Amino acid sequence: MPDVAHTPVIGLEVHVQLLTRTKIFCGCVNRFNPDEPNTQTCPVCLGLPGALPVMNREAFRLSLITAAALECELARFTKWDRKQYYYPDLPKGYQISQYDLPFSEHGALEVTTESGESRRIRIRRVHLEEDAGKNLHDESGRGADSRVDLNRAGTPLLEIVTEPDVRSAAEAKSFLDELHLLLTYLCVSDCNMQEGSLRCDANVNLHLSTGAGDAIATPIVEVKNLNSFRGVEAAVEFEIARQLKEFHETGRKLGDPGVEKETRGWDAQRNVTFAQRGKEEASDYRYFPDPDLAPVTLTDEEIESIRAGLRELPAARRSRYRNDLGLSEYDADVIVRQGERFADYFEETSGICGDAKQAANWVTQDVLREINDRGVEIGDLPVSSQALGALIGRIVDGTITVKSGRELFGLMLDESERNDEHSPDTIDRLIEERGLRIVNDSGALESAIAAAIAASPRAVEDFQAGKQQAIGPLIGKVMRDVKGADAKAVRTLLIEKLKEA
Amino acid sequence: MAEQLSTDDVRKVAHLARLKLSDQDVERFTGQLADILRYVEQLKEVDTDAVEPLVHAVELTNVLRDDVPRASLPRDAALSNAPAADGAYFLVPPILENA
Ligand SMILES: [Zn+2]
Repeated sequence: MPDVAHTPVIGLEVHVQLLTRTKIFCGCVNRFNPDEPNTQTCPVCLGLPGALPVMNREAFRLSLITAAALECELARFTKWDRKQYYYPDLPKGYQISQYDLPFSEHGALEVTTESGESRRIRIRRVHLEEDAGKNLHDESGRGADSRVDLNRAGTPLLEIVTEPDVRSAAEAKSFLDELHLLLTYLCVSDCNMQEGSLRCDANVNLHLSTGAGDAIATPIVEVKNLNSFRGVEAAVEFEIARQLKEFHETGRKLGDPGVEKETRGWDAQRNVTFAQRGKEEASDYRYFPDPDLAPVTLTDEEIESIRAGLRELPAARRSRYRNDLGLSEYDADVIVRQGERFADYFEETSGICGDAKQAANWVTQDVLREINDRGVEIGDLPVSSQALGALIGRIVDGTITVKSGRELFGLMLDESERNDEHSPDTIDRLIEERGLRIVNDSGALESAIAAAIAASPRAVEDFQAGKQQAIGPLIGKVMRDVKGADAKAVRTLLIEKLKEA
Repeated sequence: MAEQLSTDDVRKVAHLARLKLSDQDVERFTGQLADILRYVEQLKEVDTDAVEPLVHAVELTNVLRDDVPRASLPRDAALSNAPAADGAYFLVPPILENA
């Protein structure tokens, strides 16, 4: 087989559980609670005959916000449909989902790939549906019954479907990272992957070209069961290699007789995808409008107010930090990625000290290291943004050195509880108590230098004999005597005096 | 006129509905279903050229509820209708994942 160039073509389907208090169609609480199975159910989410679902206003509102943030068009009319299949975690025998009239379509999310390239991944649609319950299989191999917990049944679930615009495994991960960040900024989901609040399927195939102007592709594979972003990246990576190999071995391609879309699972232990039973054809779901649920309409004014009410999104923050505050792309990204509260902390600090770049240096280095080491959130750091802002302000205005600033930061960190009372005044008091003020008083410096020279004739001799490093102990002595002295100034003055001597 | 309903169509629908039909049932239901479809097809005689397609049978719109929790069923009650349960979970015949 001749050499073929291949382009991965990847589409993602992301399921996101919404952060509502109750389930989508009933008043049962929406809470991850695997330790008390089947305690959060009612006739509606158990699918008992005669029970009527009613749409949760908040679930719909969070859906609209998300779709608007993904630049989707919002439908003036939307309805819900029954998707019919049998599985033990689906008590009604159908899932209430959206088929031909989803509440939103045609959006996009801009992502920056690891190589720094900006890519716009189109969103095909976002629809709102209910989650299923959870099956627990007997792992012993003795063929015992499976157990079903319906606490999760009826959790509001957004399905976000991209166009097949993703071109690599790394890009898939970048997309998911950015989507995750967006969802957390919007406060629509906690995106906890361990608890299954965010799950992803990936559709993967390869477009091949032998250079003869042909357009062929490998069969499309849907990889299911991806519950970590690293998993998505690894599974897509694996599929690209597997499909290329399979094509070279068999020549099977999309459109060949008998070639259908294949569903594969992901084995995170062995890092491979494996064949699963073929899904029933889409038409076999026999979708039809759910007669139990009324359609929902939106006016232009409502749509406008949803768009107008959107909070500032991560992408907008990044560009504001770059353009208005003069941060580097890297610093802006590091700060925004830490989440909204961290970014707010940075902005407060920056506002107080009046130097965004210095504030960015401090939060991306000292503060970030500290919260990572402590394993805490920014809100639990003992040093408030007011205190840090005041501290950096004293570095900026030349009162203390960066080194003294670090010492102060360490002192404040040692306080067991967060002290939001730290004001410029208390910072100044600490500076005085510790004698950290930079000494510009040349009289004090000069007498300390004279004392140091007088006390160390040997070092003076060595330095004058050409041993440059002999000046070290002299500088050290002056610095000990005059706290807050600037080491560079001390060195310059010392050299001057030694040359005179 | 719609395509003739075949016994294969009936078998497929029965499979999707997880109904077990004997060959005799299939024959009988194929005839009965075909009769029903023929009957419904009379609707095609209505002139619908100037009529908007109906997307939903319910004429109400925007029936939504506030996001306020209500009491769930006690677990015993939730499990009480199940053919099999172990006091905490519904029990079903082993599901063969990835089969
Ligand atoms: Zn319920």
